[in-house]
Amino acid sequence: MATTYELIASNTVGSGGASSVTFSSIPQTFTDLKVVASIRSNNASTLDVLLLQLNGSTVNDNSLLLWGNGSSALTSGPRTGDGGLYAGQFNGANSTANTFSNTEFYIPNYTSSNYKSVSVDLVWEQNASAAYDGLNALMWANTAAVTSIKLIPSTSSTIQQYSTFYLYGIKNS
Amino acid sequence: MAATYEPIATYTLPSSTTSVTFDISSTANQSYTDLVLVANQSDTGNGYIGMQFNGDTTWSNYSGTWLAGDGSTARSGRYTGSNGYLWNSMVNTNTTSIQTVNIFHIMNYSNNTTYKTVLARNSNAGVWAAAEVGLWRNTAAITSILVQTSGTSFVSGSTFSLYGIKAA
Repeated sequence: MATTYELIASNTVGSGGASSVTFSSIPQTFTDLKVVASIRSNNASTLDVLLLQLNGSTVNDNSLLLWGNGSSALTSGPRTGDGGLYAGQFNGANSTANTFSNTEFYIPNYTSSNYKSVSVDLVWEQNASAAYDGLNALMWANTAAVTSIKLIPSTSSTIQQYSTFYLYGIKNS
Repeated sequence: MAATYEPIATYTLPSSTTSVTFDISSTANQSYTDLVLVANQSDTGNGYIGMQFNGDTTWSNYSGTWLAGDGSTARSGRYTGSNGYLWNSMVNTNTTSIQTVNIFHIMNYSNNTTYKTVLARNSNAGVWAAAEVGLWRNTAAITSILVQTSGTSFVSGSTFSLYGIKAA
């Protein structure tokens, strides 16, 4: 029986860091895609912001954010024009050492001719008063099948060594 | 090696409809540990996507707590006994393209000893982002899942895929 939940590709950032991570030539044989990432950058702040570019598109058709920071629940959006889909925050250089954010992106029906919706769950945690737990909704208003996914910090910072990215394909038959 | 994550059934709607039903009463479909249901849908009217188990319409058997944000206001709420369904946020009313993503995790669905818990996510960049925990106060194994809209109808092309996850 064909595997339902299959690792397509992985990327573990090496000692030199990376300006971005790209999954290209994504097989069109699955139903949904899932990206699981553990990320930290050298942005001179406690946090950085991750953009998601599908098929190289820098268009952010819509991003809607919901997060909790330990004191209150907050929401913002719609966001557009960020240079990509605004996926959410992750650990920057000034956050607690050795701490990486965890993020999951789920893209259903990525080969369909519908617009592409993305469900994002993320945590930006550190041993300090500021931290986020986020639930974000993204939309790429494009009917093309997704063939590549690029993850890039919005600050043009460098993704740090030991950051990991895994792309999974999920097949419903 | 036995597969851990397996597709059980998928519906791709050929036309508008108000509900879909998954029959998981077979021995094979009762052999998993957890279930995951992924919906990618739109509706022609405002409403909510709801879930009902085993045809149980007893209002008092369902409850949920939710968190949602629409870009302007973050809110949280709780419901009990809402028309005999577990409700998960709003359906998308934009029929330009199917846009809402719903992901439901139903843990330990096949045992006969515990109430059944559902963790749900709803993402629609044009409406809101939301999460919910739902409870069905019945110890029976779940043998059927009805997915219903309280709006008008799910549009043609909406998809509903059910997966089984096996812990051993």
